[in-house]
Amino acid sequence: MSELNTLTIADARDKLRTKEISAVELTKACNAAVAASDALNAYSVKTPEAALEQAVAADVWIAAGDAPDMCGIPLGIKDLFCTKGVNSQAASNILVGFKPEYESTVTGKLWDQGAVMLGKLNMDEFAMGSSNETSAYGPVISPWRRDGSEVALTPGGSSGGSAAAVSGDLCLGATGTDTGGSIRQPAAFTGIVGVKPTYGRVSRWGTIAFASSLDQAGPMTKTVRDSAIILSAISGHDTKDSTSADRAVPDFEAALTGDISGKKIGIPKEYRLDGMPEEIEKIWAQGADMLRDAGAEIVDVSLPHTKYALPAYYVLAPAEASSNLARYDGVKFGHRAKLEAGEGIHEMYARTRAEGFGKEVQRRVMIGAYVLSAGFYDAYYRKAQRVRTLIKNDFENVYAAGVDAILTPATPSAAFGLGEMKNVDPIKMYLNDVFTVTVNLAGLPGVSIPAGLDAQGLPLGLQLIGKPWEEADMLNTAFALERSVGFAFKAEKWW
Amino acid sequence: MSIDKETARRVAHLARIEVADDHLEHLAEELSGILGFMEQLNEVDVAGVEPMTSVTPMRLPRRADLVIEGDQQVAILKNAPDAREGFFAVPKVVE
Repeated sequence: MSELNTLTIADARDKLRTKEISAVELTKACNAAVAASDALNAYSVKTPEAALEQAVAADVWIAAGDAPDMCGIPLGIKDLFCTKGVNSQAASNILVGFKPEYESTVTGKLWDQGAVMLGKLNMDEFAMGSSNETSAYGPVISPWRRDGSEVALTPGGSSGGSAAAVSGDLCLGATGTDTGGSIRQPAAFTGIVGVKPTYGRVSRWGTIAFASSLDQAGPMTKTVRDSAIILSAISGHDTKDSTSADRAVPDFEAALTGDISGKKIGIPKEYRLDGMPEEIEKIWAQGADMLRDAGAEIVDVSLPHTKYALPAYYVLAPAEASSNLARYDGVKFGHRAKLEAGEGIHEMYARTRAEGFGKEVQRRVMIGAYVLSAGFYDAYYRKAQRVRTLIKNDFENVYAAGVDAILTPATPSAAFGLGEMKNVDPIKMYLNDVFTVTVNLAGLPGVSIPAGLDAQGLPLGLQLIGKPWEEADMLNTAFALERSVGFAFKAEKWW
Repeated sequence: MSIDKETARRVAHLARIEVADDHLEHLAEELSGILGFMEQLNEVDVAGVEPMTSVTPMRLPRRADLVIEGDQQVAILKNAPDAREGFFAVPKVVE
């Protein structure tokens, strides 16, 4: 029974119900895997005792019958979610020692349904990054390595701890958040499934804000079915988040029939980039073939403003971040700088933020302040908002023409080595989000699923983009693709 | 748009982030690079296009103006770097 941590959520749920396993056994196996995973640096906080207490309660509930699907399932939680009494720092020094007095809506829902928290997961600072290297806890190391190499690779970011923990079997599933690709890119880099729901599907309350009009929380799991199970558990209207949608939540798992006959899948020509590795072109074409073989119709579509998504995003996201991060000033929580004699509150604000925020966060807060400042607001911020409208219109036109979902690569490359991007232009790092960021700008749902390995043995992912509020249909298409791909690779354990 | 050292100083001030004088030049260069990347937006014709201000067209929900979870002074001050007598404490603001 030592391999219980490798179970999928669906299998664990079923075995818990037949009493083949107990939540306590399952949690102990995960606690042991977490305890032995320090080389990966995936967990920033471990909570094994609290996890066992939750598991004991879950076993009681399961024995009584009527327990929800998530009851007794051990999860890792991204450090961006506020968890009552447990350090929640967004991987930033500015929130050092912050223990919330409240629980985020997402995690509250999970615990109310009997899920078990193993600990908090490392990430890029304030979710700003694509490699996990901006974390105050140091980078997460991917469980994956290139064939015959020991070079440490990035698990992607910002939800890099979540990706490493799921792919390395340090939990059964994890929560992530996605502002420009932070669930889908790390999922692609580590051979797992990651879902960014429609904006408004999942409450943002109690999740530390980065860019409020783009942020969405979602599941990161080993299979599409597991993502469907978590998504059903965390979705729904929340009066504490005024942008949360007052809509019924479908049973996402029940939608997974695998029947996609007659579905129309769009292939956007603008996602074919110059200099994109041939392997990515290849898995993209294979993915389209598989969907065609499963009964879908493949059509070419055009999303003409794709090229402008990244520059628009890098105006809008920093602008929102500079406003959201204004609250970190050394007054209410976290770090406060020490002052010299004669210095006052203004020095306290500026020094606290200089000491507490890492480089990338400082850069984005300053860019945000600049594009919102008098004289530049129209030239940058308003302009980017208008371009955002055009990007959303592109998708609306494609969907209005009868397309059900759009298939694209998830990332322009496989995982890269930690430190490899250290001395390059920050823009080069931003290009990681080129295929995912459009989805956040348009508020659409997207899912990344593993589609194969590259020549060096690293996972590559494909992305499906769905219609707003049609996650069920999108996940069903992803389920059909997952079955055709039959991705059965795991990182060989070295840690 | 390239930004100079003085603009970098102003941006750092707007963002309330202390930046050492000898680092401003480098900061100006970095910010210029990122702003240069954004210049691509100028290629787009946005005449007559409404700025997107909300992701899903919806009216902001309203609720009665009532205290929902009041009386949380202790919890609110719990994480403060300095709290005294039921307040957040900061260095002297007014002379």
